[in-house]
Amino acid sequence: MPDTPGAPAESGGRVQITREEVAHLADLARIDLDEAELDHLAPQLSVILESVASIKGVAGDDVPPTSHPVPLTNVFREDVVTPSLTPEQALSGAPESEQQRFAVPRILGDEQ
Amino acid sequence: MTATSATGDALLSYDDVLAAYDPALGLEVHVELNTASKMFCGCPTEFGAEPNTQVCPTCLGLPGAMPVVNGKAVESAIRIGLALNCEIAEWCRFARKNYFYPDMPKNFQTSQYDEPICFEGWMDVEVDGETFRVEIERAHMEEDTGKSLHVGTSGRIHGADYSLVDYNRAGIPLIEIVTKPIRGAGERAPEVAKAYVAQLRDLIVALGVSDARMDQGSIRADVNLSLAPKVSAGSTAEAPLGTRTETKNVNSLRSVERAVRYEMQRHAAILAGGGSILQETRHWHEDTGVTTSGREKSDAEDYRYFPEPDLVPVAPSREWVEELRGTLPENPTQKRARLQAEWGFTDLEMRDTVGAGALSMVEETIAAGASPQAARKWWLAELARRANDAGVELAELGVTPAQVAGVQALVDAGSINDKLARQVFDGLLAGEGTPEEVVEKRGLAIVSDEGALSAAVDNAIAANPDVAQKIRDGKVAAAGALIGAVMKEMRGQADAGRVRELILEKLA
Repeated sequence: MPDTPGAPAESGGRVQITREEVAHLADLARIDLDEAELDHLAPQLSVILESVASIKGVAGDDVPPTSHPVPLTNVFREDVVTPSLTPEQALSGAPESEQQRFAVPRILGDEQ
Repeated sequence: MTATSATGDALLSYDDVLAAYDPALGLEVHVELNTASKMFCGCPTEFGAEPNTQVCPTCLGLPGAMPVVNGKAVESAIRIGLALNCEIAEWCRFARKNYFYPDMPKNFQTSQYDEPICFEGWMDVEVDGETFRVEIERAHMEEDTGKSLHVGTSGRIHGADYSLVDYNRAGIPLIEIVTKPIRGAGERAPEVAKAYVAQLRDLIVALGVSDARMDQGSIRADVNLSLAPKVSAGSTAEAPLGTRTETKNVNSLRSVERAVRYEMQRHAAILAGGGSILQETRHWHEDTGVTTSGREKSDAEDYRYFPEPDLVPVAPSREWVEELRGTLPENPTQKRARLQAEWGFTDLEMRDTVGAGALSMVEETIAAGASPQAARKWWLAELARRANDAGVELAELGVTPAQVAGVQALVDAGSINDKLARQVFDGLLAGEGTPEEVVEKRGLAIVSDEGALSAAVDNAIAANPDVAQKIRDGKVAAAGALIGAVMKEMRGQADAGRVRELILEKLA
């Protein structure tokens, strides 16, 4: 995967995630963190990243990154229709519904 | 020269745009596949079903639900890629595109990121006999989103009090086809954009992988446009690409052309005034023909893509890919050459047919029994004019090839003539049934009752004694005036040849 703007800085085996990066990630994930939480979380996340980074040292160049633990490919289903939920079932967990649709708060952003 | 749009955008005249700038296009086309079931679950994909009747725990993103890839959708993706001369990945993965917008109940869209299943292809697009090669960057698999209804005073997203979401469409397989920047089209840029989407649609139809209905959203185009300062003629240097805007969801071929032209004129007016283009999405407004500002968009938008852990990689074997290559339809260029030869069309007739977007309709009309020239005549002369008057594409006019062949069959059988056939098209467009039913309901059949014809001829002779005398004196050419009078009395519903015979018999 290409580098993403939120990726932690890496130098000399030491992985550091800055307070600003944590704030950015929290914003992307819509998690409201206050100043004290940012101070608290940034060093903790650095420790986790360091631990994960140590694995990189073990894997040589000949070991491809794994995204799935099971070495399978091409698991497909037939293009066959199976029963759907009823609208009542589908909407049963919705806090609010109207006109057989899920009612959601006012949308501020734009479609992606 | 600068004009102002309905929404207050300054627009530079098109000639002035071309004098100073070179446009670069980028097209992203989403094709909804016509599989029976969704991309990752077995829910049906019918268009227009009651809201939230085609949903299940998987496409609603309920906890614990697991997706499984629809094999038919992968097959369709590969066939589209092969038809676009793409490489097919030996191994690729799905990725989660994370964002917060309620059109996906999972809070992410399952898509592909840096490993698209198809990449590096091309399609040759013809505009007025000239060929432009459009390079394809990638074609990847993803899933469609739900449909939102914005409730509030304005009916638009902004100002809505709340939104109502129907997830029937969420999870329907989509193929997103992305071009590389298309440069060098110059003044033809709007036409090239339209021709590319039209030809892509024809290809999708030929592959049989989608309903390909732009009016129903099964093909949707996003139009990227930027301007670069014009390089002097003869120079091989290319100016760097300018800042682009992306106009979303342009849902007809005509609008693709209009949206490109509008953005060219809008960009140029800003640049010529010393301003800079804001990189953003734009909304297209079909009714007023303008774009309005959407959201700001940076190239480094952070969707926190990561490989989808619930799906295993797709690794199409080369045997499978070659097998699918064998199922491809004839390529469009070869097909056009073959049809032209079969139909005996001149180059000009063929170019006009393709240019009017009538190729597939003419082909189907001929397949339904009409002669090539008759099929061409109805679609290009009569129906193209009506589509133009109505401001719609020929394919969206509402007359089918089978109906056109039916009308021509009635002409061939002598039941109606060309003039009456035009009235039959009025009836077809008004939804009055089959051509036969329209003829019946409107009483359009040619009167073959000899008694009625004979009486009308007698009336015409009596009303025009001077003309009748000329014909008796041997001036047969004068019969035209009497034929006209008879046809008028018969409201056009007579066989002109038979009327002429009767006149000459009576005045012999």
